[in-house]
Amino acid sequence: MLRFILRRLLQMVLAFFGTTLIVYALMFAGQGDPIQALAGERPVTAAQRAYLTEKYHLDATGVGGFFYRYLNYLGGLLRGDLGQSLTGRQIGDILAAAWPVTVKLAVIAMAVTILVGVTAGVIAGIRRAGVFDHATLVLTLLVLGIPTIVLAPLAQYFLGVRWPIFPPTAGAQPSLWALLLPGIVLGSLSLATALRLTRTSVSENLRADYVRTARSKGLVRRRIVGVHVLRNSLIPVVTFLGVELGNLMSGAIITEGVFNIPGVGFNLFRGIRTEDGPLVVGIVSVLVVVYLLSNLVVDVLYAVLDPRIRYE
Amino acid sequence: MSDFETVAATEDQSARRGVSGEPGTPDRAGEPNRPRSLAGDAWRDLRRNPVFWLSLLLVVLVAAMAVAPGLFTANDPRDCVLSRQHAGPSGGAILGYDFQGCDTFARAVYGARASLLVGALSALITGVIALVVGMLAGYFGGWVDAVLSRVIDIVLGIPLLLAAIVLLKRVSTSGETVRLFAVILVLALLGWTTAARVVRSSVITAREQDYVAAARMLGAGNGRIMWRHILPNALAPAIVVLTIALGSFIAAEATLSFLGIGLKAPTISWGIDIDAGRVHMRESATPLIVPSTFLALTVLAFIMLGDAIRDAFDPKLR
Amino acid sequence: MPTPVSPTPPDGHLLEVRDLHVEFRTGEGVARVINGVSYHLDAGETLAVLGESGSGKSVTAQAIMGILDTPPAHVRSGEIRYQGRDLLTLGEEERRRIRGAEIAMIFQDALSALNPVFPVGWQIGESLRQRAGLSRADARRRTVELMDLVRIPAAAKRLGDYPHQFSGGMRQRVMIAMALALDPKVLIADEPTTALDVTVQAQIMDLLADLRRDLGMALILITHDLGVVAGVADRIAVMYAGRIIEHADVRALYRAPAHPYTKGLLESIPRLDVRGQALSTIRGLPPNLMRIPPGCPFHPRCPYARQVCVDEVPHDLVLGDGRTSACHFAQEVHDDRAR
Repeated sequence: MLRFILRRLLQMVLAFFGTTLIVYALMFAGQGDPIQALAGERPVTAAQRAYLTEKYHLDATGVGGFFYRYLNYLGGLLRGDLGQSLTGRQIGDILAAAWPVTVKLAVIAMAVTILVGVTAGVIAGIRRAGVFDHATLVLTLLVLGIPTIVLAPLAQYFLGVRWPIFPPTAGAQPSLWALLLPGIVLGSLSLATALRLTRTSVSENLRADYVRTARSKGLVRRRIVGVHVLRNSLIPVVTFLGVELGNLMSGAIITEGVFNIPGVGFNLFRGIRTEDGPLVVGIVSVLVVVYLLSNLVVDVLYAVLDPRIRYE
Repeated sequence: MSDFETVAATEDQSARRGVSGEPGTPDRAGEPNRPRSLAGDAWRDLRRNPVFWLSLLLVVLVAAMAVAPGLFTANDPRDCVLSRQHAGPSGGAILGYDFQGCDTFARAVYGARASLLVGALSALITGVIALVVGMLAGYFGGWVDAVLSRVIDIVLGIPLLLAAIVLLKRVSTSGETVRLFAVILVLALLGWTTAARVVRSSVITAREQDYVAAARMLGAGNGRIMWRHILPNALAPAIVVLTIALGSFIAAEATLSFLGIGLKAPTISWGIDIDAGRVHMRESATPLIVPSTFLALTVLAFIMLGDAIRDAFDPKLR
Repeated sequence: MPTPVSPTPPDGHLLEVRDLHVEFRTGEGVARVINGVSYHLDAGETLAVLGESGSGKSVTAQAIMGILDTPPAHVRSGEIRYQGRDLLTLGEEERRRIRGAEIAMIFQDALSALNPVFPVGWQIGESLRQRAGLSRADARRRTVELMDLVRIPAAAKRLGDYPHQFSGGMRQRVMIAMALALDPKVLIADEPTTALDVTVQAQIMDLLADLRRDLGMALILITHDLGVVAGVADRIAVMYAGRIIEHADVRALYRAPAHPYTKGLLESIPRLDVRGQALSTIRGLPPNLMRIPPGCPFHPRCPYARQVCVDEVPHDLVLGDGRTSACHFAQEVHDDRAR
């Protein structure tokens, strides 16, 4: 088990260097004026230019210069020093303020996914081909087929503006109540996927040979389904949910943007809109690390849940 | 040791054959109800599936809009007059005008072109990459498979939206056509992995078939075997995956355009219009709802179409 | 050695299947899988049920256990009497109590029959904790005893291991230990050695025979392999197309089969004592269970077939030594040793 974790950790470190290098190279290499590339179409003041040149060591040139600058950026990233955005704020401070909000939103989305998606998936899997099963199939197809950029504004309009059940936007210090609708919107995609995955997994496991064995042991049905089938069925589901938690942290760009939730995604959204290059690079770098870490956690979780993986 | 399964065929095979009363003629006996072909079975199922017809109708409709938008509206989507801001329906603008004073319906109709172009071309490139990678990995196996599978794993591990943001940042100041192809390329580069996996596994299945071994013994080269015997087997599942992927690519394009890093004006894209309509939803919701509906129905249509075809081809799921 | 049709004990047979009919209702039609099967089992004896895939031998066993998947399987008629009670008339809860405690079953592929995510000790102990109400510590102690009983080396150390960490033979021993947990009176072994190597097959068969003797159980051994049966079984019931076509004492059946199908099976075994003899096979295929031929279901493949075989379903003919054969020409086949 320990060797397994160490191996995965090593893979993660390699992936970390690889991805950050790619992010960095794409952002800065081969552009005529890297500072103007960062700023996009915005004018750059002399003070900003001087700061950026010093910050990113743009006076060092060539391939050696590029790696020098990359290592410098990496060092900053590891120390938590992400530099300043074009608006002059420390990106680290922006993230520190935004992170709790994003985590809160992701937790709501995850709770909705587990409470509704997994539960409904288990029921649909047990009663396969029943009315409930068919209804959930149609509903999940709708959710899977409707992009978030449609779902989020329409939910905001219908449930926030037209029939004001929920607050339409969250504001600076969002309450849990204000985060509920965005959380449901954010979680709906994971919910639909989790539901379908659970359903397939449960109904496949119900037909497994070990279920026949459990029945021939004379166990009650509740125990066969609740212990034997569920323990096996939930392996892919928990794995999916782990990956999804990473996605929810980084994938809330649209939901947070639409509902004005001051989280990480919202700041990335704003960074893209205002062509704030340093902010985008900083946030993307951190999100990539979060993504890699969550994948590591999922791998370990998978090994904990499935004894067959542990000893491979 | 006597193993009866080798003496006589298994129940599965016998159940599929019709057995007449005549002794010793199992082959002839099977003829009256000859086993139906998989494609025939699938088509018979599809024909009776209303979801299939509904989604096909929607796809045809959107394709017609993309090719000949003039058939659906006489108005110019770029003819915008601020004095008509959020005005009600009039003069062929059956759904009224948006914030800029453009015909909402005309813009939605003309938006089909960019969406479908991005979706179809991305799916095409994806298909080519997936077929090449999947065929090579599946057919040759060994280290080729190991390397390519690892590449698939890595690309699959890249968060799509973040990668697209980074990649598209580089063309943020480029012209209309460059952006269009940049979006297509980025989506294809990030989106080919699922299809490649599907192709790989169906190639592995096909490779083990007796007729492939027979072709090899008859002296057919690798190229010929892959082209004539393996490719046709991998094609059907690949088309199913690509149909669904086409829908996802359309959604992804709209999302990128919505964020402001995909297509930009003067290109007409549903994503751009949804973003604009969203900002002004309190004044008028129609400019938000119309492109949203077009986008959602288009994406749904491709996903349902792919789903229906897959269900028909994969009886195990029923 | 008990006779094939043993006299009914005063309090009836331990287990008796009477005229059982089971069908599978699928979208393609109705497959009549079991068509009037009757057999019985007395305490302490071993009955071998022989037949090829699809002959209905496993379905009969699952009907006895009450673990048929319904749908598609439906028991149409018949009785399954255990200690005089008809199991088919009992409620699900009563049947559940009999499963495992009175009648237990082991399956062909132990790897898939065991739950992959629980340690074997947990799985064996589950019956003890859930059904017998043993404490954790007691269940653990008893589990080790059971694993010793089925000759798993270093049992106490292997409690925490998972099924995939065992070899095929050891896994099957785990299955057997699990089935024995509640001291059942009847053990049904459904092709217990099919998935194993030949040498391991023999070990498992020896183990089953020893356990049956030591624990005084009755054993139903389901197999398609005549070779497995010879040393272990007391009686053999041969199944074809959901019927028992011959039912005999094991020696009598080997000496002179009284049904053309059994005869065909015996002749398809390679023999070491006869040189230069061509190995014969049974021509044709087993029938489609949705369209079983009229008359004797075996007639399309039978070298003895005549018009009467097409017209009339043969009844069980009782031969001189008490054995039965569902063939119009049972005596003729029995006497026809020269073929």
